[in-house]
Amino acid sequence: MVDVVIIGAGPAGLSAAIACRESNLDVLVIDEFPKPGGRLLGQLHQEPNGEWWNGIEETKALLAKAEKLNTMIQCEVSCHHLEKIEAGYKVHTNRGLFETKNVLLATGAAETAAPIPGWTLPGVMSIGAAQVMTNVHRVRVGKKGIVVGVNVLSAAIARELQLAGVELHSMALPVSNPVTKDHAHPGKVMEGLVRIAHLAPSAFLRFGSKFAKVDWVRNLAVKFYPKGGVKMWGMPIHIRKAIVQINGADQVESVTMCDITPEGEVIRGSEKTIAVDFVCIAGGLYPLTELASVIGCPFQYVEELGGHVPIHNEQMETPLEGLYVAGNITGIESAKVARAQGTLAGYSIAKQNDKIQQAMKEVKSIREAATIQFHPEIAAGRSKVEKAFHEYIVS
Amino acid sequence: MTNRIVNHPVLGELTNQTSVTFTFDGQTYEGFEGDTIASALLANGIRQLRVHEGTGAPRAIYCNIGHCFECRVTVNDTQIVRACMTPIQQQMVIESGKMQPAPFKASPEEWPRTYAEFEKMNEHHKEGVPHG
Repeated sequence: MVDVVIIGAGPAGLSAAIACRESNLDVLVIDEFPKPGGRLLGQLHQEPNGEWWNGIEETKALLAKAEKLNTMIQCEVSCHHLEKIEAGYKVHTNRGLFETKNVLLATGAAETAAPIPGWTLPGVMSIGAAQVMTNVHRVRVGKKGIVVGVNVLSAAIARELQLAGVELHSMALPVSNPVTKDHAHPGKVMEGLVRIAHLAPSAFLRFGSKFAKVDWVRNLAVKFYPKGGVKMWGMPIHIRKAIVQINGADQVESVTMCDITPEGEVIRGSEKTIAVDFVCIAGGLYPLTELASVIGCPFQYVEELGGHVPIHNEQMETPLEGLYVAGNITGIESAKVARAQGTLAGYSIAKQNDKIQQAMKEVKSIREAATIQFHPEIAAGRSKVEKAFHEYIVS
Repeated sequence: MTNRIVNHPVLGELTNQTSVTFTFDGQTYEGFEGDTIASALLANGIRQLRVHEGTGAPRAIYCNIGHCFECRVTVNDTQIVRACMTPIQQQMVIESGKMQPAPFKASPEEWPRTYAEFEKMNEHHKEGVPHG
């Protein structure tokens, strides 16, 4: 029996492992992927101060610390079930059972599907799939592609594809359907764009970001959005055009693009065929919470955090004794926040009360300083979860 | 490995890779140590990993993080292995996913191969013409 099994070797899991090892706990970190690092591995963007955030290097730094502390990390281990036992938990995996006093769920996030006709053709993939292929495996996913879905994540990864020399035609919205909903609504997408505009080397977008916080200005911007799109790093971003279909016999050959109204309705007769050989679909991220669910952890739906999240307090404890959470399973935020949450969770598990206070402050200050925010009301979302935790404990 | 990104302005040049030889549907290919099955095949320009068991429609990776199971292949006789999560290994024998018999369905020749065909078939449905 170990003191803690950490599920997920991403920024949260690895940071937690380091904090636990510093406190001399027996730690086992497991991860499905052949390499530790999680989705941090693929990240590559330029900070406003010009410095590069390189996920591979960030992962190396975490691994070096973990190795120095003799942390046990096992990759290619998939956990499919958790079971409560007298002394703690039994962790069911493809490599057998592990018994542990505590469990930290640091499973991260997955991408929401934004299905459009033709999306099962070879050459269509999630935007994150393209990121891993490009930056981690160093494989070109195609010659010329298009990104379907305009949000923080897809804009960042589109830039990464460009850096690697992969040509993109443009970014556009998915056609509106019961699944794509907000991702297909120009007004809602504009709200999201405003949040990343300060990073854009485009006068229009920077101008937009200053004024488009006001509703009526934003509505005007959507209404009079340039036909040719707004260019970010030389690539047009369209929020008044949607991809209605992906075409090809055995793989992607083209997409059909249409003009859309400010409400996202397709304008008939505006169909254009655009030759591309790959398509990246970006429907945003949601917390990956199945394991919290199978063990019976209570949940709260918090839109600001990306969906249903296991309820937990500010110390990353869930209402189930010995069950902790950290990283994107608690809500969609940047890897830097995940890393700080992991450290906090580690100290919580190790009951290092003197260090917990400082780690809590650290999470807050990193959140406030974040240059890329996935949702403008993250802090409000966090308060809702905290409140739900205390209400649950009282009941 | 025609699709390899050798030079990168920030990540640097890809050097000192160890080559790995494997077969996919009987053909021999080379990948790099550290590749997954999916990345080794894509580096060789191969996207299609299986066909839909029922319709025969071509399929490839979608999520690349082990969730969607669209990339399932047979590896050294083990079925339903996720190509995106499995490291490539020397002498690995990989088989793409094939169509499976569906005795109560229409004959395979009539099954839709593309989304357009599927939609066309559904149009027939609406008109009251049964298929199969």
